[in-house]
Amino acid sequence: MAEALLAVSGITKRFGGLTALEDVSLSVSPGDIYGLIGPNGAGKTTLFNILTGVYACDTGKILFKNKYLQNTKPHEVASAGIARTFQNIRLFANMTALENVMVGRHVRTRTGVIGAILRNRVTRNEERATEQRAHELLDYCGIAPHANALARHLAYGDQRRLEIARALATEPSLLALDEPAAGMNATETGALRGLLERIRADGITLLLIEHDVKLVMGLCDRLAVLDYGRKIAEGTPAEVQRDARVIEAYLGTGATEAAEAADAT
Amino acid sequence: MRRFDLEHWGKFLLLAIALVALPFLIDAALGRAWVRIIDIALLFVMLALGLNIVVGFAGLLDLGYIAFFAVGAYSYALLASPHFGVHWPFLALLPIGAMFAAVFGVLLGAPTLKLRGDYLAIVTLGFGEIIRIFMNNLNRPVNITNGPQGITLIDPLQVAGFSLSKTYMLGGLTLAPVHLYYFVFLACALLTIFISLRLENSRIGRAWVAIREDELAASAMGINTRNVKLLAFAMGATFGGVAGGLFASFQGFISPESFALLDSIMVLAMVVLGGIGNVGGVVLGAILLTALPEALRYLGPMQEQWLGRVVVDPSGLRMLMFGLALVLIMLFRPAGLWPSKTRQRELAGLTVQPAASGKHDG
Repeated sequence: MAEALLAVSGITKRFGGLTALEDVSLSVSPGDIYGLIGPNGAGKTTLFNILTGVYACDTGKILFKNKYLQNTKPHEVASAGIARTFQNIRLFANMTALENVMVGRHVRTRTGVIGAILRNRVTRNEERATEQRAHELLDYCGIAPHANALARHLAYGDQRRLEIARALATEPSLLALDEPAAGMNATETGALRGLLERIRADGITLLLIEHDVKLVMGLCDRLAVLDYGRKIAEGTPAEVQRDARVIEAYLGTGATEAAEAADAT
Repeated sequence: MRRFDLEHWGKFLLLAIALVALPFLIDAALGRAWVRIIDIALLFVMLALGLNIVVGFAGLLDLGYIAFFAVGAYSYALLASPHFGVHWPFLALLPIGAMFAAVFGVLLGAPTLKLRGDYLAIVTLGFGEIIRIFMNNLNRPVNITNGPQGITLIDPLQVAGFSLSKTYMLGGLTLAPVHLYYFVFLACALLTIFISLRLENSRIGRAWVAIREDELAASAMGINTRNVKLLAFAMGATFGGVAGGLFASFQGFISPESFALLDSIMVLAMVVLGGIGNVGGVVLGAILLTALPEALRYLGPMQEQWLGRVVVDPSGLRMLMFGLALVLIMLFRPAGLWPSKTRQRELAGLTVQPAASGKHDG
């Protein structure tokens, strides 16, 4: 844990009188799949939005690759190497799948107005590389056959994959996925799991909000559990599963005894 | 890799000949007034393409676009007329007008960055009116714009003693000022078409469309939405500014009433009717909407010819028919006369896609 890729410490965020997050800290090691779970309204997506610059936090620090990122603009966060997907899919609906991924290359390319108008050799080469990389990423995520379909015409599961492909196009060190398996059936979730493991194997650290407990427990190296804006547990899936406060948050008071009783038998 | 295939270049050559011959053919067939209308149409092509960058590509509804046309026109007029006694050459003035307009584009864009849709429309509408009212009132205490009287005797385009306001004879052809301006405007319009197309299919163009589609997702993909939006305002304004300068030199006279809200709406109508976001459609919209009100002037003589007398006053009927035409176009072609590539693909995608996804599943 000495060299954390992402170290979040003491994040607090209030919306008016509501404290969405209170003193949340967590630390993600490079190469991990780090899960963020918790009941609805626990503050998971708020934490994501703070991490990616959509919201500013009231207090706290975000250290990513030895750079402080709290209250940085979303495009600067992307440039620093954090890419994300959205809980409610936010693709560029009227652009093709290929164009969606090409937009993801924006932050790693340079062509400006003059270059675009003159279309000189540098621009042409960059444009060709952008398109080629986009094709590779579509293929990587298993949606190459839909390259020229409009994003909004893709099947739901493919839209989720396209969001991942678009995020990967920004060459992130950390990929933050907000409920990637939401609404997927067992087969689709299985395929998604394969994709996520492949992304990890290619050296990208994953931060994952997910409700599918089976997926989270099987996939994640470490987990943090949020409840009412506080981190109530952190550890390996096995540790978290046995944590009394986690069981209580999910199943209510009294559930701990029931779980222990069930364990004893 | 550039392909020099004969058919391609043949078509290109035919189009070039047609464009060169056009003013003379129109002159012969319809009269010189129509050449003038074509000239104005070309200016509107530039304007509509400029607005298309803001509204069509970046999705920022701008109802005060004519202000940039005004800025371009006034910066030309003030620096090339007896009003201040300054007569700068137009080759210097066009870039100055473009730059001025771009600065105003950024000035308008900066405070509106967080606004979208209706709110942005209201603010831009206000901006357009502010510029017009400024032009109207900046004659006191120091007379800058000459107020509602406008600026007269603006210099025509002139290069090395060759003035576009004179008539020349070339072989058997009479080259009147309207013909000469046609070629200048055509060159400028073609250049704006070229720039629009290049920008559309570039990293910048994709960023604009991404912002139109989903601003939050665009910023999460690393697009600096502030800069990219300001760039759209500046580029759009630049086109408007150049068109304004050309307009001032062509008319020789400008006044604030040339830049009213209705003109902003007209340019927007060209963009929407032609096919928002599609360069070809916008060009078509600009030409049609400039020519249609003029063509409807013939309603008077037509009534005389067919009915023996003028039954309905043509000036009233003209705008009625114009409005009716707009309504009909929007009813039958809701995406515009020539919809953008995206919309075409959308239609094509409906037939292609099931096969593609079937292949994927199997």
